[in-house]
Amino acid sequence: MIGIGFVESVLAGAVAAGTVFLLASLGETYAERAGVLNLGMEGMMIMGAAVSYIFTNALGHGAALLTVLLVGLLMGLLHAFFTVSLKLNQVVVGLAITILGLGLSGLMASSEIRGRIILALNPEATRAVLASQEAPKLPLIPIAGLKDIPVIGPMFFNHNFLVYLSLLLSFVMWFLLFRTRFGLNLRSCGENPSMADTLGVNVYLMRYVSMAVCGMLGCLAGAYLFIGYQPFWVEGMTQGRGFISLALVILATWNPLRAVLGAYLFGGVEALQFRLQVLGIAAQLPYFLLMLPYAVTIVTLTMLSLESVRKRVGVPAALGVPYSRE
Amino acid sequence: MGGMTETEYLVEMRGITKRFPNVVANKNASFTLRKGEVHALLGENGAGKSTLMNVLYGIYRPDAGEIRVYGKRVEIRGPKDALKLGIGMVHQQFKLIPVHTVAENVILGLKEMGFVLDGRKINQRLGEVISRYGWKISPDARVWQLSAGEKQQVELLKALFRNVKILILDEPTSVLTPQETVVLFQTLRTMASQGIGIVLITHKLEEVFSVSDRVTVMRGGETVATKHVRDTNIEELVELMIGRPLLKIAPARQLSREKAVLRVSDLVVLNDKGLEAVRNVSFQLFGGEILGIAGVSGNGQQELLEAIAGLRKPVSGKIFLDGVDITDKHPWEIISAGVSYIPAEALRYSAAEMTVAENLVLKAYRNPEFSKKILINWKNVAKKSMDLVQSFRIVTPSINNKVGNLSGGNVQRLVLARELGTYPKLRVVLAAYPTRGLDIASTEAIHQEFIKKSEQGVSILLVSEELEELVALCDRIMVMHRGEVVGVLERGMYDIEEIGLMMTGVKKMEAKA
Repeated sequence: MIGIGFVESVLAGAVAAGTVFLLASLGETYAERAGVLNLGMEGMMIMGAAVSYIFTNALGHGAALLTVLLVGLLMGLLHAFFTVSLKLNQVVVGLAITILGLGLSGLMASSEIRGRIILALNPEATRAVLASQEAPKLPLIPIAGLKDIPVIGPMFFNHNFLVYLSLLLSFVMWFLLFRTRFGLNLRSCGENPSMADTLGVNVYLMRYVSMAVCGMLGCLAGAYLFIGYQPFWVEGMTQGRGFISLALVILATWNPLRAVLGAYLFGGVEALQFRLQVLGIAAQLPYFLLMLPYAVTIVTLTMLSLESVRKRVGVPAALGVPYSRE
Repeated sequence: MGGMTETEYLVEMRGITKRFPNVVANKNASFTLRKGEVHALLGENGAGKSTLMNVLYGIYRPDAGEIRVYGKRVEIRGPKDALKLGIGMVHQQFKLIPVHTVAENVILGLKEMGFVLDGRKINQRLGEVISRYGWKISPDARVWQLSAGEKQQVELLKALFRNVKILILDEPTSVLTPQETVVLFQTLRTMASQGIGIVLITHKLEEVFSVSDRVTVMRGGETVATKHVRDTNIEELVELMIGRPLLKIAPARQLSREKAVLRVSDLVVLNDKGLEAVRNVSFQLFGGEILGIAGVSGNGQQELLEAIAGLRKPVSGKIFLDGVDITDKHPWEIISAGVSYIPAEALRYSAAEMTVAENLVLKAYRNPEFSKKILINWKNVAKKSMDLVQSFRIVTPSINNKVGNLSGGNVQRLVLARELGTYPKLRVVLAAYPTRGLDIASTEAIHQEFIKKSEQGVSILLVSEELEELVALCDRIMVMHRGEVVGVLERGMYDIEEIGLMMTGVKKMEAKA
């Protein structure tokens, strides 16, 4: 029953499910490295899912993804406007955006409103499309030659383009963060914004940029969740994945490359419990597995409370603190 | 001012006035800096030195006055403007990111490093400067791993990489060991020889003479004189700083040693690690007596005072106050009996988030003067606080200011005011390093206060590392080494060399022989 086929399926599922977490936590990593805690991730993600659902049915994948990025940009800038320009409490603003996203996505995707939006965009939409709870999934792009390698092949080389993009982004974003002037400026804003300001770094701009990136990637994660992973609309379908991504950022100690490992670990847990449930093995085990990411996060947080550990991994010192120039 | 052309100066500040709520920090202050000189800005705590330089660095905007840099009149709106003009400042609190590397801290904000940072090239450039100054820091080290002296070198590196022409250092030696200070002064001379003008904010006279070319003295927010260091001397500078010559302490006096106020017998106290810090110490303290405890710090002095104050339980031995056994009594009972304690770390023994007034009555708020039943009489607290702020020269915008916002010297004075000024019947003062970090006038004022108290019959147990202080003040000096009393010397038989020897553990008899 549990052979190589099962292992391959779980690992491939880990990457497929983990990509949601990866995209979101890459965005959140940039926001937090710049000193902004974005608790609106859950709301951004669900908006991404809803927009991709409606726009894919109306105009297709390309237009849907562009719209998702635009919505993400706006949500990120909205968060930045409140927390950076108006210097409001980041926890309150973030939770407000999550609540806004959950409500607005449900409203948009309700059959009445959804139908009107689709018809406005595409007057020729059929009745079947208007009524559909689903949308076409992004096509798989198997990489010829590589996809047939046992285990590794199905795990990494038989996915849609967003999976490849997320992996590429991890490397690019890591490089930008740790090997360029842009990244040094961004990290300094999260450590000591007043000093960065003195030395000529535009703290407000850097925080706006990081929130824009975070919003776009958060919504893209939601879009991937819908058209890339499980294209069946259910209200509130993100089911706390945005908050899990926040935990993942901590687990990965604000590092885009470590986020890859963490994301696939969390994704693997999801894939495994799903398959075990199907197999009917040990009825309680899935719940235990679902708990694991949180348990690991609690252990990580406990370790981070030690001053000596904090110094080494570099929790952004100014995380969550609005910056105002005196 | 005749004879000097304007372009000769890097900086000219004239008629600078800066007011804060309730305080005028700078009154019509003037200051000039020449190319390639180290210029000491000398003054007591609160004389306005840091404020004047913060005006130059753009942290404060002056209410009046003009600033010229390189001969041109400028308006400096913030540190960013200052940096653009080539003005750098090294604060007492370093402005560094501890989790970043030395290199990252130095190049932050430098555009000429390119978009992609070439670690090897940057380290090489840093390495050249580091070795030119004879430092030992590695560009790849994380700043939190560095000592205070090394962090300061990172700050200097930042200034050098930004081609700073005017460098301000705010009390740079206060965090350094003597060896690190020597290195810093060499560095400053090298930098000056390359044409950088350096402002050294300090209250230590020896720094004026060991590294500076000129000195400007500030007092009460005004610049009282600027002199070439070779044309002045310590006496003149002290007089300029405090506005009068130093008083001489000469309490050659007779004490009646009939009844001991405090009697300690065979006391054994453990330190935080559970090791014996005080070993079988016995002594008596008489009414109106100042008894000094000399010793290298960490030889049980702290634990001894804590045991007497009731903050640390002795393992064995007894402590009597006026014949009453106070061993193992609650600290509050000991405070009520009139024992005050001036701890070595003033800030740790005050409530940083509470106001000056609240801190001042921390030990006295139960007195009927300040509280009736459950309500505190804030009017009386405010009146008392006002008195104490004035008589102990605590510089604070108001008595409702948070203690955490005061400078170190002011917290020290506040604790002294609380311990010396709020007890209704003060019997014994336990003082640990009460003048550490204070300037000359404050030290002198504390000494006068001690003498006044002792003349009123209060007994003082004074722990200090400053032998001159002990010799000047004390009726007897007890020397401690490794928790034991090595010997007790009577006034009139003091010999600084002998005390120094005893502090290393050589017994009095052997030292004599």
